[in-house]
This record gives sequence, structure tokens and C-alpha cells, in this order.
Amino acid sequence: MPAVSKGDGMRGLAVFISDIRNCKSKEAEIKRINKELANIRSKFKGDKALDGYSKKKYVCKLLFIFLLGHDIDFGHMEAVNLLSSNKYTEKQIGYLFISVLVNSNSDLIRLINNAIKNDLSSRNPVSMNLALHCIANVGSKEMAEAFAAEIPRILVAGNTVDSVKQSAALCLLRLNRTSPDLIPMGEWTARVVHLLNDQHLGVVTAAVSLITTLAQKSPDDFKTSISLAVARLSRIVTSAAIDLQDYTYYFVAAPWLSVKLLRLLQCYPPPEDAGLRSRLTECLVTILNKAQEPPKSKKVQHSNAKNAVLFEAIALIIHHDSEPTLLVRACNQLGQFLQHRETNLRYLALESMCTLASSEFSHEAVKTHIETVINALKTERDVSVRQRAVDLLYSMCDRSNAKQIVAEMLSYLENADYSIREEIVLKVAIQAEKYAVDYTWYVDTILNLIRVAGDYVSEEVWYRVIQIVINRDDVQGYAAKTVFETLQAPACHENLVKVGGYILGEFGNLIAGDSRSSPLVQFNLLHSKFHLCSVPTRALLLSAYIKFINLFPEVKPTIQEVLRSDSQLRNADVELQQRAVEYLRLSCIASTDILATVLEEMPPFPERESSILAKLKKKKGSSAKLPDIDETRRQVNGSTEHSANNGTANTSPPLLLEDLLPTSRPRPYSSSPILLSASTMGSAHSFTADMLNLTSTPAAAAAAAVGGGGGGLLVDVFSENSTSPSVDVSEDHLERFVCKNNGILYENQLLQIGLKSEYRQNLGRMYLFYGNKTSIQFLSFTSSVTNNTSQSQLIVQAKPVDPMIEGGAQVQQTLNIECVSEFTDAPELTIIFRYGGNPQHIAVKLPVMLNKFFQPTEMTSQDYFQRWKQLGAPQQEVQKIFKAKYPMDSDATKAKIIGFGVALLDGVDPNPANFVGAGVVHTKTSQVGCLLRLEPNTQAQMYRLTLRTSREPVSHTLLELLCEQF
Amino acid sequence: MMRFLLLFSRQGRLRLQKWFTPMMDREKKKIIRDMTTMVLSRQPRTCNFMQWKDLKIIYKRYASLYFCLAIESQENELLALEVIHRYVELLDKYFGNVCELDIIFNFEKAYFILDEFLMGGEIQETSKQIVNRSIDASDMLQEDDSSEWYEVQLFG
Repeated sequence: MPAVSKGDGMRGLAVFISDIRNCKSKEAEIKRINKELANIRSKFKGDKALDGYSKKKYVCKLLFIFLLGHDIDFGHMEAVNLLSSNKYTEKQIGYLFISVLVNSNSDLIRLINNAIKNDLSSRNPVSMNLALHCIANVGSKEMAEAFAAEIPRILVAGNTVDSVKQSAALCLLRLNRTSPDLIPMGEWTARVVHLLNDQHLGVVTAAVSLITTLAQKSPDDFKTSISLAVARLSRIVTSAAIDLQDYTYYFVAAPWLSVKLLRLLQCYPPPEDAGLRSRLTECLVTILNKAQEPPKSKKVQHSNAKNAVLFEAIALIIHHDSEPTLLVRACNQLGQFLQHRETNLRYLALESMCTLASSEFSHEAVKTHIETVINALKTERDVSVRQRAVDLLYSMCDRSNAKQIVAEMLSYLENADYSIREEIVLKVAIQAEKYAVDYTWYVDTILNLIRVAGDYVSEEVWYRVIQIVINRDDVQGYAAKTVFETLQAPACHENLVKVGGYILGEFGNLIAGDSRSSPLVQFNLLHSKFHLCSVPTRALLLSAYIKFINLFPEVKPTIQEVLRSDSQLRNADVELQQRAVEYLRLSCIASTDILATVLEEMPPFPERESSILAKLKKKKGSSAKLPDIDETRRQVNGSTEHSANNGTANTSPPLLLEDLLPTSRPRPYSSSPILLSASTMGSAHSFTADMLNLTSTPAAAAAAAVGGGGGGLLVDVFSENSTSPSVDVSEDHLERFVCKNNGILYENQLLQIGLKSEYRQNLGRMYLFYGNKTSIQFLSFTSSVTNNTSQSQLIVQAKPVDPMIEGGAQVQQTLNIECVSEFTDAPELTIIFRYGGNPQHIAVKLPVMLNKFFQPTEMTSQDYFQRWKQLGAPQQEVQKIFKAKYPMDSDATKAKIIGFGVALLDGVDPNPANFVGAGVVHTKTSQVGCLLRLEPNTQAQMYRLTLRTSREPVSHTLLELLCEQF
Repeated sequence: MMRFLLLFSRQGRLRLQKWFTPMMDREKKKIIRDMTTMVLSRQPRTCNFMQWKDLKIIYKRYASLYFCLAIESQENELLALEVIHRYVELLDKYFGNVCELDIIFNFEKAYFILDEFLMGGEIQETSKQIVNRSIDASDMLQEDDSSEWYEVQLFG
């Protein structure tokens, strides 16, 4: 038994420890321990009072057993007894046992507190230190309550010895962390600051730790510490190493104190006082200069201590972010470390550069090291270092190097460590989105990502690509084509099937013209993957199939056949079964116009923070340094944590008000497209709920909006929609409302405007619903209607609206509309409000068009031709031949014609493929009859539309409105 | 601030555990398991730092013992490495060429020395001389106690 025993040996303990070590098996060890526990228990319960030594020995044995990992449920009382022993060694073991074993909620705490109180007032430094250590180790609320007033007094009392001051400072710091509210601030705080001047460097070190923590909570109270800290730092930095005697560590002057002082200074902005500021700059320059001096020792401790101070100085320089020369010097210094042979330094340089990259002064300087960093990614043997390289590449990424960095990260991903793959995937996805100039590159990148690391592509990533494709119509055709091609691979990842299913379900029509990707080919391709997929993916594919039925009536029988098969209709999974049954019924019984409305293309998603970014933040933990400039800024604006109230973000336009202008004429079934799509694409399934409700951790759209065009992620992506000072009137939505009366009129990160309207004859009423998507109220909200046409054509009266909209709330505005005579220009809605101090200005065209005042007219074939002939004058007829924009589906076309407001007349036209309609436009001054005829040519994918009315301008207006719909 | 310090052998046997924040026993056990597997699976000559959740893990091997220190994310890694080294120096000075067995058999001493050096997760005294002096002083107190103890043994 080789153990040396210094001080007092406890022979019994040593014997016991060596017995345990000699145990050959776990069982033997447990047996030995149980024997010992029985022995100790009997001793504690025995009649004979134990002397202090025995008590100490047994308590120590229990402690040992506990530290081996066994539970101890007795002996606490004996340990508490030891606390009041007048022998130091017994007291010490008692405190050790309490520190290690007593939970903060133990019922012994009152007894312990009593013993501590006695020791604190003993004036014996050794006992006081033991007591303070115990408080710091247990640190419970009860202890904080008991001693919060006492400890500051000890700390600043004139006659307290140095070592007790140190313990008191750190004990206070500890209590302040657990129960800050219990520590009374007071006159002692000013005196604590003056401890920075103390002669004893140990006291200063402990005091700086305390002051830093306090200053983080209430910086103003400790402002005076800045000048004292700078003075102290300056003295250390310029001192000769031996001045500080034992506080010199391997030829480095007081490294711990230096680092703590530099940390304290990071609680504050650069000093305002010019003298102080230049003195601090001098210190920082000296530290940077020292890094270039030859080392005073070959020992690693020397370089570690020296570089520790250097890194902390760089952290302060980055924190101040105000001295370009220092920042660039710091960057160069780190650049040297990037190639250092010490792995630790390479690691730290990469880490430190991450924060440096977010400073505008040094971002460019950091970028010059891109090749080194990429090389590190390829050659470093250590996964933690490679991880830092990934982080740095991510934060140095901007528009100029995004393509290179994304390509490098993608190629690294193929061999990357499994532990960091998911994070790399998220980062690539974010960069690809953030820096996408052309979205074909974005789509390619994400599909590549799924190909290379499909297993690590989380839901957020593939949700996001779908959101973006749906919101950007310029990339939809490309996306459809690309997923179609990618799906050709015999084995592709399930995530790709999901993306493919979703995108083809929405936009398969865009590539259906090519015979190589005809509807049937598309369907067969998707269905060939079906049986290899998991239940959620199958569910998604079923939804894609029903969308196909709407897009391509020609594959309807094939798809119905599939839905009807036993493997679908009787599927063991209830969700799949339900979908198959419902979709099959839907496809059989719903008229084509209902089908067309229900399965309408997904509306654009509300813009909000990328869910991927939220996920990455979550993964990194809240305290992790965020490398991105914008993100750090947003962090500063942290008050907007809560975001888009999910309820309002998805608010559907309210239900039709039954009592509103009852009309007898048919209207297409129309309701919120979001709701309908939600129920078809997901119904009970959680993933669609997520799709529509992506900001589960809502660090949020609101935050992005606060940045207001500050180059935030979404602002980049959706810049055309962001609220900018020069307001473009949004009118591309008008087309959508020609044939329907309800829906989402407008939406940005802040505001959603829902619309519901009803018309009868020449009168109309419109309800606008303004939904505040943020958590912050809109102030000075006004919305007014500007009528570009004269009052003699159209009268629009807007009721006033409440000037304040609470966060998450919705207010309603009613407009009364009267059509006096025919008109062409739609009125314009202007909305002005203040959000978080920023004025917002939005202008939207209101979908009030001439056709809204149609009344349908049913008539017989004979009447129709008679009227047609009557309107035979050349100026009464207008005609247009145009290419089909949408799939030429006869049911969808019928729905649109009815939605346009005329009666659809069957059996009038000898050619059943043609559509014929009739109606009367009601204005106050006149009624204008209108006949229309639409002739599709499926071969050529063309239409011919002919309109005859009694008034030429009406013919033209209606023609222009209607021909955009097919 | 430091969160915890663990000492364990190459076989993963825990030799010393110091927690600077209150934690449930179950939590402690999980951390100990995570740390030993993580640190022991590291290749030689890799860097001494790792990211673990929101903490930085600093570890270093001295002979058969691994020292593993967890610090908060804004703390200085290199200096944490020197905290470990300074502790080793203190143990070395006290035991005279310290080895794992010293820490096993005199675990309470290892805790006492640590308490002189660190407190509440912060460094209390960086001067080696001062720490050594106060450890020696408390040993002197113990010597006195032990003489008393022999008397007790003799007469008990």
C-alpha cells in the first residue's frame, strides 16, 4: 500500500480504501461497502458516544463511498456535529461532507446555518474561510437569505484579513448568481470598487470577478471601475515580470488578473474620456506588441498565459469595435495563429475570427484568410478544429464568396464527421438562401444537399425550399424540372421524394407540356417511390396525387385506380386510409369547379424568419456567440422576442356574413385558400401544421422587420415585398381577385390584410381585416382609399378605423362602394402606421373591377343568338386570341366564368367544347348587357375570347380583365 | 465562471468531482458519463478544447489522470488550461511528485487544496506561495490534532 499520508493519517480509512481497490469484481466491492455501511451505522447508533476522531473517520468513509457513486442516506447529523468541533481537522471534514453531500433543500440547513454563523463571527480567519467556502459550495437560497447582509460587511470591513476578503468577495459573487434579488446593494458597492486599488493582487483578482458580475447586471453603478481597471491593467502590462513576484506566472505578469480586468472592461463601451481611452489603447497595443517578441521560456505554460492575455485583449478590441487599426492588427495576429503548429492556437484563432468577421472594419481582412480556412477544413485532423473552421466560413460568407464557400462546405459534407453534419446542412441551407442571386442556384444547392446528406436534412430545410419555391414564381418551372430530373435516380433520399411530391403537385403543370414529363410520366415517377417511403411521406404523396387530379384531368382515372386499391383504402395506417378515402370521394363527387377551388395552388407563405435559422440558433444554445452581424444586431433588439402571433399569421378571412346583401346568383365556392390547402395537404398531420406555422421558436419575423431593410435574411430574399420608404403600389394580386371576392389581399412581415366582399347590382360592400402579425402594437394606424377615377364613375366610402392595433389583434374596416358609370382603374388603399417607431407605408390596389357589378342572365339558345346578332356592330365586338397560362381544364374554366359574374349557358354553342356566358353590368346610370364566348384550342394551347356589349369601352375593359384568367 | 472540474483515470474511474453550481445527482452522473466518453475517445495530439452544449470543455492529461474543466462560453480557454496546470503544481508541491494513488488515498486533501485555490467557480488565489502557505498552516493545525488523537487512542 504505497499511499503517503501527510498530516494526520486516518488509518482505518486508508485500509478501507485499499480493500475497495483490491476488490476483484463490482459485486465484491458492493459487498465490502455494505459491510462498512453496516459497521458505521451501528457505530453511529451505538450507546457509546463517539469521540471526534472516530466521527471524523466514519464521516470521511461515508464521503468516500458517496464519491464512488453509491447513495448515502445517513451520517448527515454526525457531519453537522463536526462543524461545531473546536478541532480544525474535524470541522474541515464536516464542512467537506456538507459541501459535497447536502442538497440545497436539505432540512438540516438551519443547523448548518447556525454553525456557519458561529464561525463567521469567530474572527478566526481559518474558521471564517471554511464557513464562507461552505456557503459558496452549497449556495442555496436559504443561505443567501441568512448571510446576504453579513458577507458584504465582512468584505469591506477595515480589519478583515486579505484571505477572508477574497473568500467573502467570491462567496458574494456566488450568492449573487443564485439569488441576485437577495443581495442588498448599498454603500458597500462603492467600497468594493476601491478594492481594485488594493495592494494585495489576490484581493484585486477576487474583487474584479465580483465587480464584473455585478457590472453586467447594473453597469451604471460600477462605471467608476473603468478608470481603476485601466490604471491597474496599465501597471501590470508595463511592469517588469519580476515586479509582481509570485503573481508572475511563467514570466507572464499576473495573467489571471489581466484577463479579468480585460473582461470587466468588456462590460462597457470604449471609455469616453480621451485620456483614459488612449491609455487603454496603449495597453492593448503593448499586448499586441508583446505577441511579436521572442518567448521568454520554451514552456507551454509561458505561451499559454501570454496568449490567454492576447486573446482576451482581442476580445475587448472586437467588443469595442471602434478602432480600425487595432481590429486589423488583431486580425493579422489571428491570421498568424491560423498556421501555428499548436492545435490549440489554431482552434482559438478560428473561434476568435468568427466574431471578428462580424465587424465591418475587419470583415474584409478576415476574408483574405479564406483559403487557409478552407484548407483547415480539409486537412485538420481534429474534428473540433474543423468545426470551428465551418463556423468561421459561415460567418465570413457574404455575397462575394458565397458560391465558393457553399461549394466547399458541400464537398466537405460528403466526408464530414457525423457529429457535425446536421449543423453544416443547416448552415449551407441558410447561406444558399441568404446569398442566392438567382434562385436556380438555390434550388440546385438544396437538392444537392439532400442528395449528399439526406439523413441530416431536417424538416426545416425542406420546408424552406418549398416555401421559397411557392413564393417565387420565377423559379417554379425550374424547380419542377429539376426535381423531376433528380427523381429519375433509381435510389433517392426520402426527403427528395417529399420535396419532389410537393413541388410536382403544385407546379407539375409547368413541365407537363414536354412529352418526356407528361402528367402520366410524372405520376408514375412519383408513384414508383411510394412503396419505399415512410407513412408521412406517403401521406404527402397522396396529397400530391389529388392535386394532380386537379392539374391533369387526364390522369384522374389512373390516380383513382391507385386510391381505390386495397393497399390504400384499407391501409393499416389510419391517416393514409383516411386520406385515400377522402381524396377518392372528393375526386368522384366534387364538381370540377369545387375541385379547382379546393385544390388551388398554394398561396404565398407569409414571410418570416427562416425556420432554419431558428433551428440553428436553438442548436447553438442561447449563449453561443452568433457570428452574423445582422443576427447580433437583432439580438440587441431582443425585446421583440415574441413574434408573429401564430393565430393571426394564419388568420383566414372571416366567414361569410350570412346577412350581407343576400344574392341569388351563383358564386364559386370560395373561402380562404390557406385553410383549404392546409386541410388538403395535411389535415390531421403534424407536418403541414408546421409548414404553415413555421416559427415555432419565434425569434422572429418581427425581429427581422425591426431591422427594416437592414439586409436581414428575409429582407434580402423578399426585398420586393419589404416595406421601403418609396412605396410601390401592389397590384399584381388584382388578377387573383377578378373571379373571386374573398382572400388575402396583402401580406408582409408585419401586416396581413384579409378581404371579403359582396356585390348586388351597382352596390358593393367590402370588409377589410387588418391583422397585426407582430407582438407590438401599431400606432397611428390610418387607412384611406384614393379613387383614381372620378366620382362620376365610382364612389368608395371608407369607414374610419381604430388608430391602434394591438400585437396579434385584428381590426375590421368596412367600405361602401357604388358604381356610377363604367370605369377602368381600381381604387387604391393607402395604409400608414408606426411600428416600433418606424413609419410604415403600404399602398394596395383594391380589387374593385367593373365585372363585380355583373348580374348573370339566363337565356335560351334562341334568345342568345338573337341578342348576339343585335350587337353586331363592329365597335361592339372585341376579340382576343391568347395563349393558355393555366392548364386547359374545362371545369376550372367554367368556375372562372361563373366567378367572373356572368351566367354560364349550356347547350347554346353547337360546339360543346366552347363556353358561352351572359350577364348585365349594373351601373347607376345604365345597364350594359354582355355576351361572351370562349373557344379553347387544346391542340395549340390557345383560347379565343369574344365579347359583345352595347358599349365599346365596357367591352374592352371586360375583355382585358377576363383574358388574363385562363 | 467554471462549472465543474472532474478528474478521472484512463479507465474512466472518477477520482475527484467538484461542482460549482447546484445540480441533481442524476444530472451529475450523466455529465460524468458524457465527459469520460468524450475525453477518452479523443485522439492524441488533438486540441485541448471542445464545445459541449453551451459550455467549453478544457481537458488535459497528466500521467494516468485526465483533468477536465468546464467553463462558460465567454471564459478564456488558455487560462483554464493553466488553472488545471496550477492545480497540478499545487498537488505536486503538497504530495511531492503527485501520482493518482495520492489522490485516491488522500482525496480529502485534494479537495482541501482545490478549495484554497478556487472558490465558487472563480480563481481565489493565483499565487502558489500563498496557497502552499495556507495549506501548510492547516496541516500544522492537523499535526496538533493528531498528537491529541494518539492520546485518545492510548487512553480509549
